[in-house]
Order: sequence, then structure tokens, then C-alpha cells
Amino acid sequence: MDISFENVTFTYMPNTPFEHQAFHDLSFRIKSGSFVAIVGHTGSGKSTVIQHLNGLLKPTEGEVTVGDYKLVSDKKIKNIKDLRKRVGVVFQYPEHQLFEETVEKDIGFGPKNFGVNQEEVNKRILDSLSAVQLPESLLEKSPFDLSGGQMRRVAIAGVLAMNPEVLVLDEPTAGLDPRGQKDMMNMFYQLHQKNELTTVLVTHSMDDALQYADHVIILDQGTKYMEGPPADLFLKQKELQQVQLDVPEIIQFLFKVEEKFGIRLPYHGQSIEQLASELREVLRGADRLE
Amino acid sequence: MNKLILGRYFPGESWVHQLDPRAKIVAAVYFIFVLFLANNWQTYVLLWAFTFIAMRYSQVPIRIYLRGVRPLLYLILFTVFLQILFTAGGKIYFEWGPIVISEYGLINGFYIFCRFVMIIFVSTVVTLTTKPIDLTDGINALLKPLRKMKVPVDEIALMLSISLRFIPNLLDETQKVMDAQRARGTEFGEGSLLKQMKTLVPIFLPLFVSSLNRAEEMANVMEVRGYQSGATRSSFRQLYWKHRDSVCLCVMITLTLGLLWLRNEGLFH
Repeated sequence: MDISFENVTFTYMPNTPFEHQAFHDLSFRIKSGSFVAIVGHTGSGKSTVIQHLNGLLKPTEGEVTVGDYKLVSDKKIKNIKDLRKRVGVVFQYPEHQLFEETVEKDIGFGPKNFGVNQEEVNKRILDSLSAVQLPESLLEKSPFDLSGGQMRRVAIAGVLAMNPEVLVLDEPTAGLDPRGQKDMMNMFYQLHQKNELTTVLVTHSMDDALQYADHVIILDQGTKYMEGPPADLFLKQKELQQVQLDVPEIIQFLFKVEEKFGIRLPYHGQSIEQLASELREVLRGADRLE
Repeated sequence: MNKLILGRYFPGESWVHQLDPRAKIVAAVYFIFVLFLANNWQTYVLLWAFTFIAMRYSQVPIRIYLRGVRPLLYLILFTVFLQILFTAGGKIYFEWGPIVISEYGLINGFYIFCRFVMIIFVSTVVTLTTKPIDLTDGINALLKPLRKMKVPVDEIALMLSISLRFIPNLLDETQKVMDAQRARGTEFGEGSLLKQMKTLVPIFLPLFVSSLNRAEEMANVMEVRGYQSGATRSSFRQLYWKHRDSVCLCVMITLTLGLLWLRNEGLFH
């Protein structure tokens, strides 16, 4: 589903002394099937953007379009359930929303709410459980007996079981160990490719944004600061520093190389290993010239 | 949830803001008692004047106070109507079975309305101008005499400050869990009563679980940092009684005297 924000402004608690503008005149587009990362400093309005994607919030001004749904201020959205079925949102620390007696019931909660029949629900429970790489033996367990990482996977499975077309991830790896972070991001990427999902990732990790996204939107204090393919965007170190963002590790390394050897290696999405061998080649070449 | 004004703090530097919380609490509670001395229109005028001056001095816009009354308006009106309909005496304007609209009924109804609104206004003045933490300090200090009666004042104060501290967190979390469950297709406030009650389970359970977890974590952290129940502790925040606090209490005494005087001058005495 294509997603677009057109001149969207959102104000929390309007007309009260606690009024607070989360973002102002925000416009961007997310193409169907793309993997988009939204990054920005704390308080830049990222999480508020997410809540617009499935109609939890409606813009104060402007227009949000998600597929065939238009979200405009003051207008009730028809069939909001259908929109929520198609846009799956994994909120921050999703393990806090588990409540059922068993893992099985909790995963089935979403699809059941959307009126999927029991047979299909059972199938989806198994599918999404294997998608998050959990063993079937957990199905009968209480979600509160699981470890933190497993709980999170169960919660994510609960969202995946809705079979969403758009998957929205709000800091999905926050609080996980490095291994868990990597596994989880890889899992999302595989899902994205396999199910041709439109994926929106909100993250603090520039490395994740660089590695997985094909489009990055940088927010700063409620406005769009920059937007573009990650490989271009993250080379602009100065601009990023202005909004207190770091450059991903690999690119930092490239800058260091340039500083030390005077060689500018192009970035084209290579891994650290590839980069090391490229660097070796170039340095060897330089030796030969001398 | 965000519409709740009562219990929120409105930062400012006004005269009322700078009062000692003890003075404010005593004054507000005292005001509520004194309110019942009023029995004629002169006394009500005096009380209204006091309320308005307190509200003005707090430098909080009046519309915020009005918003604080709004959620309770139906309750107030309900009571007022019961008063009007079932109080007899004086001139009778309308009669139908046990229902009588009389002069006294109308006057009483109006007085009750005034009382409710004034109580809400004055307590809102206190909560809007006092940080929750100062409020607990104030309550704690005022409860101190009860220690002699073996009331665990410190524990009560601790529980009070912890609860106050976690109200916003809990509200935030409620909102988050609600959002998450709505994203999974729960619809709140729709269908029959039973159905609506069922939709609360997915909110309450996670909230209970996280509260329990939080309590456990917090107990551990407190213990690690040397907290022991019943030990004598010093206090980081100190309350200082200033001149203006004495002035505040003097105002209350003057108000009482004024009321007592006006009572005798009254119309319906």
C-alpha cells in the first residue's frame, strides 16, 4: 500500500495549556513494497507518525493517505478495522501488551478480532510462530513464563498473524542483546522480502537504517530534515551532526580511511569484510605505484 | 484521559504558587468546612469574592478552572435538581404530587450549586499551583501529629508519593497498551455492556502485570539503596514557613469572622 503524508500537522491536546505540536507541515511518500527507515532524535515526532499510519491518530491539518484510506481531521474513517488489519504495528516494547493465558491465544487474538475463521487462525498461529523462529512447544505456555526476548517474539508473531500488508516497526530491537538485535532485524528483512511487505522502521540505529532500508527519512523537531537513499544521506556527516545524529559505523570508517591514507573509497552497500578486502586491494595498488 | 485537569500541576510563579503547601492544604480544607457556615446571599457573595481572588492570584486562566468543573457538571446539576424538587417551604410556584418547586427549594438548589463549584474551584487552585511532590510533603508534615497515635505516617507518605509519582506513567502505559490492542483490532466503547467489559481485559491484565513487575523492581532498587522500613530518615526537601503563609491563614480567619458577622445580618435568619 502506498502511504503519503501531505502537509500534515499534528497537535496534541489542542486549545489547552498543555498544547504541543508533534509535527508541522510534514510531507513524504512511501512507495508500496519499499523498506523505509524513519530516523531522528528523541522527540522529533517519529512515534506520532506511526500512530497516523493505522488511524490511531488523525492529522490536525493536512491529509494522510494509506492505500485507499484517507485520514483527514474531523472525519470518521469508515471501516477503520479494515485499515488496522492491513497495517500491522509493532510498538515499542511490544511484550508489554501480552495478556492471554497461552501464547497460542495471544497470537490468535488479532486475527480473531478481525473475524478470521478458526481454521485459518490456527494456520496463521503456526506460520507466524515459525516466522519469528520460536518452537511450537511454546504454544501451550503462558506468555508470562517466557524470557524477555521470547515474549517480544510472541508479541511480534501476534502482529504478523494479522497478515498485514504494511508492517510498522517502532524500535523493534530496543533493549535486546546485540545478537538478538541482529537476529530480529534479519528476521524482519526476510519477512519484508518474502511477503513483499511495505516496511516502515523507526529506529535510533543508523547502522540498521543503512543496512536494511532503501529509503531514509530524517525528522528533526517535527519537520522533515532530509530524505533520500541511505547511501547518499549518510555521507553527509555535517548535516547529520547538526541534528545530533551519528553516521553509521561503516561510513565513519570510510571517513577515517580518507583521513589517514587520503583514499576515498566509494560506498555501495558493502559489508565490513568486503570493505576490508577492498581497502587491501587499494593499498596494495598504492604500494605498487610507489 | 488528557482532559482531566484536577490533579495536574500548572507551572507558574504566582503568589499562590509560592505558598507553603501546608498552608495551602490547611486553607483549602478549612475553606470547605467554613463553606457550610454560609446561609444567606451576603455570605455567598463573600465566599465567591474569596474564590475569585484566589483564582486570580494563581494566575491560571479562568477557562482552565471551568474545564475542571465540566466533567462534574452533571453530578452537580443532578443534586441541585433533587434539592429543587424535594425541598418545601416559602412561596410555592409549582406542585405535582410529592414534587414541589418552592422558593426555598430554588434558593437551596442555587446554594448547593455554589458550594459544589466553589469547592472544586478552590481545590483546583491548590492542585494547579502545587507540585504533586510538594503536596505529598505537605500532607506528610500535616499528618505528623498522628505518629503519636501509632499511625505509620512515614509509610503512608511514602506510598502516597510513590503513587503520585506513577500516575502519569500508568496513564501513559494505559494509553500505549490501548493503542497496541486497538492496532490488533480491539474496539473500545462499542457493543453491549458485557462486550465492552470484555475489551477491558486486554488492557487491565498487561497493566497489572507491569505494575507488579515494576513494584518488584522498585522494591529491589530501594533496598539496594539502603531503604529500611521504620528507620529514621532525614529529608532532602524542606518546607519553610514564610510570612506569606501566615498571611494566608490570617486571610482565612478574617474570612471566617466576616462570614460569622454576615450570617447574622442575613435575609433568612
